[in-house]
Amino acid sequence: MGLREPEVQNQMQKNKNLPPTKKFNRKRVGREFENGMGYMFISPFIIGTVMLTLFPIVYSLYLSFTNFNLVGEADWIGLSNYQEMFTSDPMFKQALEVTFLYAGAGVPLRLVFALLIALALNKVVEAAGLYRTFLYLPSIVGGSVGVAIMWRQLFGNDGALNSVLASMGLPTHSWLGDPDTAIWTLVVLYIWQFGSSMLIFLAGLRNIPKTYYEASSVDGAHKIQQFFKITLPLLTPVILFNLVMQTIQGFMAFTPSFIITAGGPMNSTLLYILYMYRNAFQFFDMGYASALAWFMLLIIAVFTALIFKSSDRWVHYDDN
Amino acid sequence: MITRKKRVRNKVIQHVSLIALTAVMLYPLIWMLGSSFKESSQVFVDAHRIFPETWNFSNYSDGWKGFAGITFGTFYKNTFIIVTISTIGAILSSALIAYGFARIKFRFKKFWFVVMMLTMMLPFEIIMIPQYVMFNWFGWIDTYLPLILPTFFGVPFFIFLIMQFIRTIPTELDQAARIDGCNTITIFTRIIAPLVVPAMMTAAIFSFYWRWDDFMAPLLYLQSPDKYPVSLALKMFSDPEAVTNWGAMFAMTTLSLLPIMIIFFIFQRYIVEGISTSGLKG
Repeated sequence: MGLREPEVQNQMQKNKNLPPTKKFNRKRVGREFENGMGYMFISPFIIGTVMLTLFPIVYSLYLSFTNFNLVGEADWIGLSNYQEMFTSDPMFKQALEVTFLYAGAGVPLRLVFALLIALALNKVVEAAGLYRTFLYLPSIVGGSVGVAIMWRQLFGNDGALNSVLASMGLPTHSWLGDPDTAIWTLVVLYIWQFGSSMLIFLAGLRNIPKTYYEASSVDGAHKIQQFFKITLPLLTPVILFNLVMQTIQGFMAFTPSFIITAGGPMNSTLLYILYMYRNAFQFFDMGYASALAWFMLLIIAVFTALIFKSSDRWVHYDDN
Repeated sequence: MITRKKRVRNKVIQHVSLIALTAVMLYPLIWMLGSSFKESSQVFVDAHRIFPETWNFSNYSDGWKGFAGITFGTFYKNTFIIVTISTIGAILSSALIAYGFARIKFRFKKFWFVVMMLTMMLPFEIIMIPQYVMFNWFGWIDTYLPLILPTFFGVPFFIFLIMQFIRTIPTELDQAARIDGCNTITIFTRIIAPLVVPAMMTAAIFSFYWRWDDFMAPLLYLQSPDKYPVSLALKMFSDPEAVTNWGAMFAMTTLSLLPIMIIFFIFQRYIVEGISTSGLKG
């Protein structure tokens, strides 16, 4: 990925006490193959990947063609699970819609928010570290069960939000009880954890040479032009990386809907992973849940491929 | 020309808006802290107020009693066991694997590296069902093995992070050590391992707080309440149908975030570096 190289250079500068590396020397090191040694060092990874990733993935593909329920035999039922998903399961469609809404709104909003705050922080000279620390704090605790519980009370009928509204004479609302607003409380929780994207953007902004801005302002470019012609294009590799990771993370959300709304009201917050969890561990329909998991894997793969494929058009790599 | 006065005014506007933004962002956390000191009956009266009328510290001692006769002392002890062992496993194995990828030449290295990058992007949720079925065969349900053992095979994010760090170490060091009689193994133990301690620290901190927050795996694998970590215990403790003592619930919720925050404030530098250099998710 494009953002690696400058980082490596940054770290090299940090190792000041060590002699600098020369490129031609680097190539000569380890000239001979050490197959035994290499495989010995990475063997934990290979064993773990085969046992805990490759085998489970293949096995779950097999399960998705069966009616396995954890105690009985796994009977081969062909494509029945997939057929059920697409033809006779309204909950599957609902879960898919909810998840697309959640990730589709949450990911772009979080990234825009993180970028705006990173831009603002990049300008600040005094106490920048302090702002950064406190603005990052929600991100560090945001995924925990504790925050989910707090969120439930914050948006509850007697919660802080309604209390604030009432004290200002505004109408209150049953945020978690209304199917139209419940999902948005989860989206807001997702956006609230903008901190790590903000840090990645800040690092990206710091890598943009100041001379670019100086040169362009000599040519008479104003701030907005500079943002769209310099800042944004040079940040696109960082945006690409964020977009891919956050989209996957968004599709995988579980804890917020499990704890804050339990999928309700009227399944309006039934995130995909929650629906999969229910099928597997409440209805013990492991076959059907495996089909759901495989379909999600496909969605992630397609989305990632689409983002990377489209990246030729909008990601700018600085060739220096 | 921007006058001095205008510049000062801009600065003031900048800081006032940033302070306001930070305050709004932190309000939920501060509100939770305040509510943990409120009388249970007062928690939802004028709920938005941060400071309680009377400071009530008994919420903490009441909440600590836990449920089903198990105190939060047990839950914290369980979490510490899981977090400590899995973090040690993750760091040691990831450092070994990172060294293998960064410094040793072997056949099909590229292939395995691609596999690693792919597993880095593969979420746990996708393979949790077959993994559960597998661990169920092994008879590992209601033990810590499914939570701890997988980390001993390396965590792709940490492998990547440590690899990036090893690449910044000049290879002349390896060559010099080889001339002095070191072999591939002792170059790792004597030269590389001591130098990558900062990267291992970063990985350890992330491991600590991912494991601390982990909810899904304990939810799947642990059944006896006396084995619950804090995350799962808190969920049980706060079930809307069961809660009567709201103050105690807020107290235990606040307490559960404390260790992560302490670690964050002490080791901030490592966390910021980890995120900025390799995009570890926060």
